[in-house]
Amino acid sequence: MLARLKQMLIKEFIQALRDKRTRAILFGPPIIQMLVFGYAANFEIHHVATAILDLDHSQESRELVSRFSSSPYFDVRRQLTDRNQIVDLIDRGEAVIALQIQPGFAENLRKGQTASLQAILDGTNSNTALIASGYVTQIAQSFAQDYQRDRMQRTAPQFVKLVPSVELYQRPWYNTDLKSRWFFVPGVIGSLTLVLVTTLTAFAVVREREIGTLEQIMVTPIRPWEFILGKTLPFFLIGLVDVGLIATVGTFWFQVPFRGSLLVLLTGTVLFLLCMLGVGLLISTVSSTQQQAMVTAFFFIMPAITFSGFGFPISTMPQWLQWLTYLDPLRYFLVVLRGVYLKGVGFAILAPQMLAMAVLGIVLLSLSVFRFHKALD
Amino acid sequence: MNHDARSVVVEELVKRFGDFTAVDHINLETRKGEIFGFLGPNGAGKSTTIRMLCGLLTPTSGRAIVAGYDVAHDPESVRQNIGYMSQRFSLYNDLRVIENLRLFAGLYDVPRSLVEERIAWALEMANLRGQEKLITGTLPGGWKQRLALGCALLHRPTIIFLDEPTSGVDPISRRQFWDLIHRMSGEGVTVFVTTHYMEEAEYCNRLAMIYRGSMVALGTPTELKHKYMKGELLLVECEPLGPAVEALGSAPDVVDAAVFGNALHLVVGNAETAIPAITEFLRKREINVTDVEKIQPSLEDVFVSLTSEHDPSRNLAVQA
Repeated sequence: MLARLKQMLIKEFIQALRDKRTRAILFGPPIIQMLVFGYAANFEIHHVATAILDLDHSQESRELVSRFSSSPYFDVRRQLTDRNQIVDLIDRGEAVIALQIQPGFAENLRKGQTASLQAILDGTNSNTALIASGYVTQIAQSFAQDYQRDRMQRTAPQFVKLVPSVELYQRPWYNTDLKSRWFFVPGVIGSLTLVLVTTLTAFAVVREREIGTLEQIMVTPIRPWEFILGKTLPFFLIGLVDVGLIATVGTFWFQVPFRGSLLVLLTGTVLFLLCMLGVGLLISTVSSTQQQAMVTAFFFIMPAITFSGFGFPISTMPQWLQWLTYLDPLRYFLVVLRGVYLKGVGFAILAPQMLAMAVLGIVLLSLSVFRFHKALD
Repeated sequence: MNHDARSVVVEELVKRFGDFTAVDHINLETRKGEIFGFLGPNGAGKSTTIRMLCGLLTPTSGRAIVAGYDVAHDPESVRQNIGYMSQRFSLYNDLRVIENLRLFAGLYDVPRSLVEERIAWALEMANLRGQEKLITGTLPGGWKQRLALGCALLHRPTIIFLDEPTSGVDPISRRQFWDLIHRMSGEGVTVFVTTHYMEEAEYCNRLAMIYRGSMVALGTPTELKHKYMKGELLLVECEPLGPAVEALGSAPDVVDAAVFGNALHLVVGNAETAIPAITEFLRKREINVTDVEKIQPSLEDVFVSLTSEHDPSRNLAVQA
């Protein structure tokens, strides 16, 4: 009985690891993808292409413009002279934001009235526009505050102390600088593992069905669970090595702090891999060709990543969709990854996620063993 | 049951896929050590039957006992006692010869102490000694088939099922393969083999002819040739063939007419009286007859005769 399993495993490892190209495919792309995605998955906005139309030409307006041009968030590329130029620049995508300072800006300020600054944003990418407009607000407010204080200092210094103000101290925990990369790198680790392990597993079984070797295996006395274990154990180990590799890249290359314990991460990874092997096997039981398996895997992978909280917050999804996300193993694994990396929390806090993955993993694997008959019909 | 001289017993076996009946109430028995041939065109239900006997497909109804075990109730015991070679080559092409052998020795529960001996035996039998390190995918077709047979025999099964084992193999390798089959049979192994090569069918001890899911004949090759021909067989060489076969369909005495290569085979009631009659019949229709003689029927003649009986439209002959 163990001899059958042992021979299955020997065969799987030879097939997976002997060929140099196959070996390279198992370990190369995950690392490369981790490097590329680590750089790409970033919501921070720097150097937003900015155009400025200063119709006031005053000392005040120049001071405001200089605040923008000295900010790392804005890249003032064009000084405009005509309002019509704005439309053209934004249409062409040469500017994401155009700031227009109205004539009389300085005059209004000096009179103690409200002076206006108009920001026109390219809302195509709503996220960039939203963040950029936040930065505009910040700069405009600090300019106004400084201008007020300055003026008061000069005209009525005795009142400066009487002006009330609230000062905000922000202390973001776990990610002091709010680097979005710290948020995304653990997400990339999770989604890469998902794609890798489900497709590898699904293809491994379907390939045997397609080329006919499965039929030859099925006439031997091997038990379904021996076959399935023989097929999945190698991919489980390969998946574990891959997680180790990409997590190393995330930690040392992207400098994402690893604050928790390796044991917690390992436990979470093992449970997540069980789920992914289950999904991969299920895909293989419903597909008779590799092409079908690819399409089916695609229909699983896209929603699994979308609903996991990888990029879009689950809390903003409609309620019925939020219920659906509870079926997504990646949802739990991302909480574990981010918890271990950034928060440094342990089993006590991550227990619900671990439990959920364990339950999903057992259900998925039992379902696939149940569905895998040793028959062709 | 195990002391039974019958190795395979099939009773009223049926397999349906939806509305399509692939195997329609087949009955047969094989004896130990017999080479039992399953002859029929592609799609006749040969592979479906073999797959049911190996426990790969569940019968819709009927019963099949293989090596003393019911395939529907105890497929695992059946698998322990049979070897199977499917139509497609289904060993691992990316493994070495020796690795495939070790894999199947393990999967078939060959006791560890016997593994090396059995592998050596299989290599010897398959004439692959010294080629152990070759990658299986690089072997020529005939070698692959012998290796597949070796793998299927490692656990010394009492019955071996071969599904078109020689399709796509050159004639010399085919011959060598049949030598192996005879050797197996000599050692008491029942060989259940499907084929659509008529000349291979002649090598079998007994044959079942299967057509559109039904068994149309059963017996030794000689029995089939005598029992199932409705009359005697004439070879007619004439020009042109097309109009001749069409005309002969309505000729008196002719049971069946079919084109065989560049001549015609006619089934007639009595060869003695038919030869002059046919010659005359064709001459009248301005067909140039060069030769008419009585010949011994081949299995192909039997097969054509039987299938035209079951399905006249399929035959080239046009019958009155």
